Amino acid sequence: MIRFVLTLVLLAAALPARAGVEVAEITTPGGLNAWLVEDHSIPFVALELRFRGGTSLDATGARGATNLMVGLLEEGAGERDARAFTQATEELAARFGYSASDDAVSISARFLTESREPSVDLLRDSLIAPRFDDDAIERVRAQVLAGLRAAETNPRDIASREAARLIYGTHPYGSKREGTPESVAALTRDDILEAHKGALARDRVYISAVGDITADELGALLDHLLGDLPETGAPLPPRAELTLPGGVKLVDFATPQSVALFVQPGIDRHHPDFFAAFILNHILGGGGFESRLMTEVREKRGLTYGVYSYIADRDAAEVWTGSVASANDRVAEAIAVIRAEWTRLRDEGVTAEELENAKTYLTGAYPLRFDGNGTIASIAVGMQMDGLPTDYIVNRNDMVNAVTLDEINRVAREWLDPEALTFVVVGQPEGLESTVN
Amino acid sequence: MRRLLAACLVSLAPLAAMAQQVTHFTLENGMEVVVIEDRRAPVVTHMVWYRAGSADEEPGVSGVAHFLEHLLFKGTDTLAPGEFSATVARNGGSDNAFTSYDYTAYFQRIAADRLDLVMGMEADRMVNLRLDEADILTERDVIIEERNQRVENSPSALYREQKSALQYLNHRYGVPIIGWRHEMEALGLDDALAYYTRYYAPNNAILVVAGDADPGEVRALAEKHYGVIPANPDLPPRARPQEPPQLAERRMTFRDPRVSQPYVSRSYLAPERDSGAQERAAALTLLAQLLGGGQTAVLTQKLQFESQIAVQVGAWYSGMSLDSTTFDLVVVPAPGVTLAEAEAAMDDVLTGFLETGPDAAHLERIKSQLRAQEIYDRDDASSLARRYGAALTQGLTVADVQAWPDILQAVGAEDIMTAARDVLDRRQSVTGWLMAPEVTQ
Repeated sequence: MIRFVLTLVLLAAALPARAGVEVAEITTPGGLNAWLVEDHSIPFVALELRFRGGTSLDATGARGATNLMVGLLEEGAGERDARAFTQATEELAARFGYSASDDAVSISARFLTESREPSVDLLRDSLIAPRFDDDAIERVRAQVLAGLRAAETNPRDIASREAARLIYGTHPYGSKREGTPESVAALTRDDILEAHKGALARDRVYISAVGDITADELGALLDHLLGDLPETGAPLPPRAELTLPGGVKLVDFATPQSVALFVQPGIDRHHPDFFAAFILNHILGGGGFESRLMTEVREKRGLTYGVYSYIADRDAAEVWTGSVASANDRVAEAIAVIRAEWTRLRDEGVTAEELENAKTYLTGAYPLRFDGNGTIASIAVGMQMDGLPTDYIVNRNDMVNAVTLDEINRVAREWLDPEALTFVVVGQPEGLESTVN
Repeated sequence: MRRLLAACLVSLAPLAAMAQQVTHFTLENGMEVVVIEDRRAPVVTHMVWYRAGSADEEPGVSGVAHFLEHLLFKGTDTLAPGEFSATVARNGGSDNAFTSYDYTAYFQRIAADRLDLVMGMEADRMVNLRLDEADILTERDVIIEERNQRVENSPSALYREQKSALQYLNHRYGVPIIGWRHEMEALGLDDALAYYTRYYAPNNAILVVAGDADPGEVRALAEKHYGVIPANPDLPPRARPQEPPQLAERRMTFRDPRVSQPYVSRSYLAPERDSGAQERAAALTLLAQLLGGGQTAVLTQKLQFESQIAVQVGAWYSGMSLDSTTFDLVVVPAPGVTLAEAEAAMDDVLTGFLETGPDAAHLERIKSQLRAQEIYDRDDASSLARRYGAALTQGLTVADVQAWPDILQAVGAEDIMTAARDVLDRRQSVTGWLMAPEVTQ
């Protein structure tokens, strides 16, 4: 029973200097860019690929096609049907993970040095030559439908679905990336082929590799792995218009504890105010037990097990969001406290001590993240998706430390918006009225 | 073709020949220490594990082990409530804790040069906790909301709780770790303090330090902070009521209107890993892989690929347990398939497997994946720390943990069949159906 799961961890000034990891930016002979951290102490490589676009590339009328397509990549490719593909992966003890989010298709691969070449051949087949056999389509479709059925009666899933529908409307962000039972049932093999062509293209891929491999080896590997993908894919989705009327949207569902999501407009990570807003969020609800929301809602009043907030910088929209869960007879009070803290932070700002504590935490924690091949590969590919340079790793702490008390309190006044802060509550809360249809 | 744009100084130290080395020793007061060296990044994970979990509670105060875990973040003689975590955070670290049936563990992840600081605070709260009634009441509300979130809001979690209670007639594994709600609501200061004084002592604790740490330095720090705490001479022997042999199959049907995807699951009472005798558990570990570990597993192939009776199947065996554990199966039926049909299909597959035994190539693939697992695992020192902590609080030794990979490799097909015949016996099982209420006119 984990007491509370820390959601955001991020930098340390006083750390001892260590002979370091070198992030090398390479370009393959075929023209692909990748980040590489060589570390030969364990005989395997962690390879991360991200294709920008993800499930937001679904064609009109084919919602869920990208998600289903990604679920099928390991279900038969090249000469091998699903069973033979898995057998071959197991024999090589390689690990491939395929997943789809609103903004990206993610491929995570781990393979041993001793079986690197055949492992990469297999991975290549799954990306370049997936079979999409009819029996595999029906099997994976049934799994997706089972997941959708289960989500229909899960209060957290209901809250996410209803919040997305309210905020994003007809934009792809406004509906479940897996689709609806009806849309998934109607997907054809052609929809899946189209989704594959649209999502996996060279013009939108980000690559990082960490572990037992040299730059020359990686270059050749990547050209072989991705060289035959199409040069370009489907157009990226437009910006999303946000609907955030403020107030409360109630969704009736018979369960003892209400789940509430809260959302206001967010901030782009390239905006000059981003670092101040980021620290501000840490103080508000981003940290561990010390954040204002945790202190006021959990530690002082015992109204919840966990309450947190974060800034979601998505490709097509930015929101400042969070969640809380409290028993039906207590959630109204939890929401009132969150609103009051939101307003107090906007009007009164943070103290010098809070800012200092946040900076020491954020700057101290950042280097601790770089502690394994898998984690470093994942951070490196995320940085590329965010448009950050490799030297961000060394400069980030300075950017955190540069934020002044005046600046963060100005950002609090300008960005925190309790009037737009909209709550979507699923449950049967007492003393709470719906103000949003 | 290759251009070096940037060389950033972050973390990875020059390469070591081996990523990890494990050192083990015991302080004079009985506290065991395990040091797992991974010098690639200047980070340490510092953990203290107590050989005390929810199954060590007295009857009537279920949830007190977990409640106390929350209360350890309140004050001590020298630290104000919340100051522990705030101090860790001010030093760039993060901290947390978790409770299970057989152990309670506290950990911090922090820059390697702050080990002294966190060790000092952890040693302090081992014996100097100070609680008042106000702490108790607010934190009790928090754990009840935790129960709401984890259990009451999830029919699956309620179902599993009922099913465990049905599985164990006599052992405390049948009582939820978080506690029965009515008992949680009555937990008081005295209950928490009684558990604390009984079990929190160096001779009932294991220190695990993983990451950028030198065993000699860890020993010096451990002696300074933990070594000065006297052993508790009244620590009770760890003898909990044991489960009798199960002689009759048990069944349950759990209905909840919030169930939109029904399933059937079954647990069989099964032996756990025991020190110096892990062979049967190794065979059961491989059996679970053969039956339900991935796409080429027997249940997956028969029920998802061939008959398409199921949309999902699974098989698990959790051998790490101080007392009797379970071997678990689950089948999620395809639309239009009843739970009775799904269960019958599952039993047909088991019967077939018991006749034919494992496919030799399949068994070999599983073993090569387990060998590779040892290599992949070296990338994550914190998870190795959890493995040692869990083993040493559940009756195993460092030698047992280190022997385990070879024991797995030595398991033969006949060992698996013997274990399968012993364990997959309906008379020692609990079968549950999770479903929506019947529709009445």
